[in-house]
Amino acid sequence: MSLVTETTVRPAERFRVTRSRRNVVWTGAGALIVVVVLALFPYIVYSGTTAILVQAFIVLTMASMWNLLAGYAGLVSVGQQAFVGLGTYFVLILALHGTSPFAALPVAVIGSGVAAVPLWWLVSRLRSGYFAIATWVLAVTVMLIIEKFSSIGGGTGMPLPGLAGFAPTLLIAYTYWAGLAVTVVAMLVIYLLLRGRLGLVLTAIRDDEVAARSSGARVGLARMLVFVVAGAGCGAAGGLLAISQLQVQPGAVFSVQFTAEMAFVTIIGGLGTIEGPILGTVVYMVLQQTLASYNAWYLIILGLVAMFMALFARRGLWGLVDARLNVRLFPVGYWLRLDK
Amino acid sequence: MAWVNAIIQGVLVGGLYALFACGLSLMFGVMKVVNLAHGDLAVVAGYVAIGVITVTHIPVLWSFLIVVPVMAVLGYVLQRTILQGALDRSVLATLMVTFGLSVVIENGLLQFFTANSRGIGTGLALVSGSFSIGSQIQIGYLLVVIFAVAVVVLLGLQHFLSSSRYGRLIRAVADDKEAAQLAGADYRHVFGIAAAVAFGTVALGGIAYGMYAQLAPTTGTDTILLFAFAAVVIGGLGSLWGTLLGGVVLGVAQQIGAQISISDETLAGFIVFLAVLALRPQGLISRGAQS
Repeated sequence: MSLVTETTVRPAERFRVTRSRRNVVWTGAGALIVVVVLALFPYIVYSGTTAILVQAFIVLTMASMWNLLAGYAGLVSVGQQAFVGLGTYFVLILALHGTSPFAALPVAVIGSGVAAVPLWWLVSRLRSGYFAIATWVLAVTVMLIIEKFSSIGGGTGMPLPGLAGFAPTLLIAYTYWAGLAVTVVAMLVIYLLLRGRLGLVLTAIRDDEVAARSSGARVGLARMLVFVVAGAGCGAAGGLLAISQLQVQPGAVFSVQFTAEMAFVTIIGGLGTIEGPILGTVVYMVLQQTLASYNAWYLIILGLVAMFMALFARRGLWGLVDARLNVRLFPVGYWLRLDK
Repeated sequence: MAWVNAIIQGVLVGGLYALFACGLSLMFGVMKVVNLAHGDLAVVAGYVAIGVITVTHIPVLWSFLIVVPVMAVLGYVLQRTILQGALDRSVLATLMVTFGLSVVIENGLLQFFTANSRGIGTGLALVSGSFSIGSQIQIGYLLVVIFAVAVVVLLGLQHFLSSSRYGRLIRAVADDKEAAQLAGADYRHVFGIAAAVAFGTVALGGIAYGMYAQLAPTTGTDTILLFAFAAVVIGGLGSLWGTLLGGVVLGVAQQIGAQISISDETLAGFIVFLAVLALRPQGLISRGAQS
């Protein structure tokens, strides 16, 4: 009996399509425990540690957004610093008008997302590499326009008001919780988006754009949605940046270094997996903390490692883990199970 | 009269931007590589020129005789190693590798040569000299020379691509590299040659910019790469003479912006770029096929 007939006679009930090989409830419970433990950190560790973790939250949020763009939608943006910068300025402007910077965070998210719509219209005409540089030009243009308004500091920037009333330890704790909240929400949004219809459409586009179009997938709309979500997410990271640094300076918040960090972190951790940026952020923080006294060296080493990974380990560190253990912490694909 | 002067200056600076842009355009046209390290490599060429002049005491103007071949060899080597390696993988890999290269070069220059800006041949009569037309218009000799060099480079490139042996190979490989391979052309070697030519123009651009203004580690991205790209898009992708037109339009827009307010120079250029992107995304001169 040939294999073909064997599979055709197999009854349909013997197949099951699941999200993961292991029970999703366990990873969900694990994630919840991690978040609760992280939420308790301000009570158990020194404020120096939480301050470092705030930085990690910012990097992780940005990298996850960049991963959504490049890893899932194939949009390599080198201009995500436009949204980081916009996020800081939304927080600054609202703080100047008396709103608490923490309350301004959601506005920064929405504002950056809305700003992404016209910017998408401009850059969506270009593909791959030209898209990348066009987003970069856009980021510089946004910065040059913001520098023209002297009421928000012009070219030199200004300190962020509205946080002077907090005791230093309390401020760090609040910043930490805000950072944790932003990161958890960002990861959750990405996870749910990729699990849902958008994830399917993006996978279809990645496999064959023409086939996806002809089966009715709205390719342009899906890409725009990803660009807007990534803009909003980077805006949130920018808002956090303003609160954690207490200073907004256009040259610093619109620096291409942010995109370099998010891209390198994603490439090193593993492009196109939700777990990748988490792993990449760990590598980034270790490098950055060890080489902190050597100026730009951490960025040089990060860049070299990212180039090496792009050439020789396309799936990044998580890809190496996954190849051995075959695990998904955030299952967004499907497994086909054959019941024996 | 100040406006006429602005326009003349803009046209001449446009030659410099076309010089930046033609290498970027060539590498995209042939290999489909968008080299994000393009500008940083130009800055490297400028720094090499400064080093060569300091060490060998050769006349400043002749430094290109050493720097251009050095950069061309570097281009060939980079293309045959990491760029080809990335091309064999994916478009994303080429972008990540060139972006990585850009960040590594820029921060490396920052570490070893500080953030200070430096010029090439300052004090040279050609660099500081100028002639006047009437009382308002003053034209620097250097900009005229750079514009002439840009036109000569573009003419040379066009001649090279249309009638030389390697030019024909490059065009064949750009059209269909598998078919060219079957016909006996080693496309990897041809890509290397194209990269060497592109890097040669990058070297000229870097030296010219170092004489016209000052080179600093960040000049490569915030000025050279972005202006080169804007010139390419304004002129139309894949057209050499479009690149010159794009450079001129960008230069004129910047100089008119600088007339309005000195801080608006860069912004005015980018606004024209965005207007072209919004209204005529195929560029001013378009061949239609490449987009």
